[in-house]
Amino acid sequence: MWLNTTWFVLYVVIIGGYVILDGFDLGVGILSPFVAKDDRERRVVLNSIGPVWDGNEVWLVLGGGALFAAFPLVYASLFSGFYMAMMLVLLVLITRTVAVEFRSQRESARWRSTFDWFFFASSFGITLLLGVALGNVIRGLPIDAQGNMSLNLLDLLNPYSLALGVTGVVMLSLHGGIFLTLKVEDPILERVTRLIPKLMVAFFVLMTATIGWTLLLDTPITTNYSDRIWIAVFPVLALVAAVVGWRFIRAQQYLQAFLASATMIALLMGAVAAGLYPILLHSSTDSANDLTITNAASAEPTLMVMFVIAMIGIPFVLLYTAGVYYFFRGKVVLDDESY
Amino acid sequence: MDTELLHRIQFGLTISFHFIFPPMSLGLGLILIIFGVQSVRTKDPKWRQLSLFWTKIYGLVFAMGIASGIVQEFQFGTNWSVYSRFVGNIFGSLLAAEGIFAFMLEGGFLGLMLFGGSRLGNRLWLFATTMVVVGATFSATWIVMANSWMQTPGGYEIKDVGQGDQAFMTSFREVVFTPSFGPRIWHTLVASWMVGASLVLSVAAYYLLKKRFVEQAKTMIRVALPIFTVLAILQVTVFGANMATEVATNQPEKLAAMEGVYYTGDCVPMTIFGITNTGTDTTKGLQIPCMLSILVGKSPSTTVQGLTSFPQDDWSNVNVVFHVYHVMINLGMLFILIGVVASGLWWWKRKLWDKRWMLRVLVASIVLTQLATLSGWWTAEFGRQPWIVWNLLRTDGAQSPNVTFSQVATSLGMFVLLYAVLLVTFLILLNKKIKAGLPDMPDEDEHESLPDSFGEIFSRRPRAHSREKAEV
Repeated sequence: MWLNTTWFVLYVVIIGGYVILDGFDLGVGILSPFVAKDDRERRVVLNSIGPVWDGNEVWLVLGGGALFAAFPLVYASLFSGFYMAMMLVLLVLITRTVAVEFRSQRESARWRSTFDWFFFASSFGITLLLGVALGNVIRGLPIDAQGNMSLNLLDLLNPYSLALGVTGVVMLSLHGGIFLTLKVEDPILERVTRLIPKLMVAFFVLMTATIGWTLLLDTPITTNYSDRIWIAVFPVLALVAAVVGWRFIRAQQYLQAFLASATMIALLMGAVAAGLYPILLHSSTDSANDLTITNAASAEPTLMVMFVIAMIGIPFVLLYTAGVYYFFRGKVVLDDESY
Repeated sequence: MDTELLHRIQFGLTISFHFIFPPMSLGLGLILIIFGVQSVRTKDPKWRQLSLFWTKIYGLVFAMGIASGIVQEFQFGTNWSVYSRFVGNIFGSLLAAEGIFAFMLEGGFLGLMLFGGSRLGNRLWLFATTMVVVGATFSATWIVMANSWMQTPGGYEIKDVGQGDQAFMTSFREVVFTPSFGPRIWHTLVASWMVGASLVLSVAAYYLLKKRFVEQAKTMIRVALPIFTVLAILQVTVFGANMATEVATNQPEKLAAMEGVYYTGDCVPMTIFGITNTGTDTTKGLQIPCMLSILVGKSPSTTVQGLTSFPQDDWSNVNVVFHVYHVMINLGMLFILIGVVASGLWWWKRKLWDKRWMLRVLVASIVLTQLATLSGWWTAEFGRQPWIVWNLLRTDGAQSPNVTFSQVATSLGMFVLLYAVLLVTFLILLNKKIKAGLPDMPDEDEHESLPDSFGEIFSRRPRAHSREKAEV
């Protein structure tokens, strides 16, 4: 049983890692048309994430693999139930990968502006879609006794999930904006720093509204938060992290501000996870059909093997991720090999 | 047309499109390591120049591999939910292990590798490249492991704990080292190295034909041609032959379909070219007597099981399997011929450089090796039908029951369009990079000032080098 809980935590860590790491490069993509005005500036913005975006995206792939291994029934139910939405996610993920790679391969202005647009739209699309997906997971899904659900795209686009998607877009734009301050110089830096306070205000308003809305929904999260009140430390600490981040921004200590933003995102993910535990997918038709960390998990031998693999792998991953970020620290300088 | 068939078409399309790229990056990676080692060893800047050029092509190929590969991690769940529930305990763990050991390694070091040309000295750049290639090789290993489990499952027990039948792991060792894994991973890696070598040969031969970058092109051929030739010979005589023995032992009905053998017997011939007819249970064409028996059991008296000894329900599509398999083995033979003739021309007074017909063949070789790896993969996968997991779970019924015909049709249409655009764009950009040619010979002083040990990286001021350049 401790293995099931461990895998729940590990899974949240992987998804949290994805939202924090790919989150800032998605945010950079969303902000790119607003802060970069000519070709050179666009390239600077793109290259701020150039050496790391691919490693960041791996966290999502790892999330897919870990879900398949640890909670195969969730993997099967969620992805087949979200079929068309998943296909859209794949479409935007592919588009984004090629937009980054293809953009600067030709001089033509039309070519470049086309892929700039794809880069923006796909970054926006991934963030919105994943936010909407999370919204639907929180609301609960019509899972039947076989673990299946039939949904079309429009069912997923309900007001609550869309609100969560929009909040996600603003949150990651802010996160990406703070990251950009570490990487760019004037005049891009000036535009970014002017944008950040606006994003911060928008984020506060939206996040407060979404949290309120979440508590008003009749879901296990509401009951869990009233039953074990101590888990409120997650959202409270997230608020603290946001305020601390705000102070760092005011003091122009951007690295600290970025770390505060990352911590806040981690705590928000923790807040959702703590509210859901031990449920992974809540069935809105019958709570007997809930997929939980016990009934949806792989058996103990698999979880154990995977745990050992994770314990061997994670230190390496952290080591070279840190090394690569350290190596590419500092402001962007364009050269022959830049995107 | 039923929905299951659409699911299969979509899976086949997406995985075949993906499979164009990883073998190229695996093989090109091997060549890049050789260039890097030469750079470190000889300090001759020509090796760094070659690395700069090929790393850019590697970046393009790799990006296509990522873009098309990300689909694979999710489409078991989206399109094959019954399969996913059945195999999650086992297949899922192999995919997750691939993620943590292979993708993370590749993803971490790819940036260093692609940006290394202007930021790293020879040794560190080689280190970054090697890490990416090791990651790619791990990735191939885990994925072939996972696929081999579908071909020859082991280390499992089937139980129903309330969610339908599921395969549970009883021994990780047996899951990982299934009987087919060893022969299949070597066969796949060798094929991938050949694809990479043929890409280099193809571009080098093109430059020789156009009389551009002649010296560099000759160097590329000197590196890639011996690799290609030796691997082509080993692939047919050792690794391919091992595969035949393995398939004969573990999946006899698959071997029977590949060779078009309908009746069990000894001294079974091997068909070189031919057609097979499932209506009359006959295979006609150019055949070597007793050769299949010899290949399978090293003796003409070895018994080979025929298709008719298995229920017809369990046959794969014999026509498809027979033909894609024969495309693969005939190309395999052709590669030996190409390699031996080209190497012969090279040894013999260096005649290769101006034998234009041979250079043209080398230019075409990349298309042929791609076709060979694809047909090899198709043989493995079509040959496994009608099973999605050999003798345990049928493909028909393993698809997601809640996904409708029109949904799959829509997504399939999307993939067809998207991949067509991607493939064309990829070819345009590849062509542009090849036509643009090699960068100028790198300035030795410049790259020798780049950090070349971990100590230098962690002691230097951030980007001091690039800053100075920008100020000048």
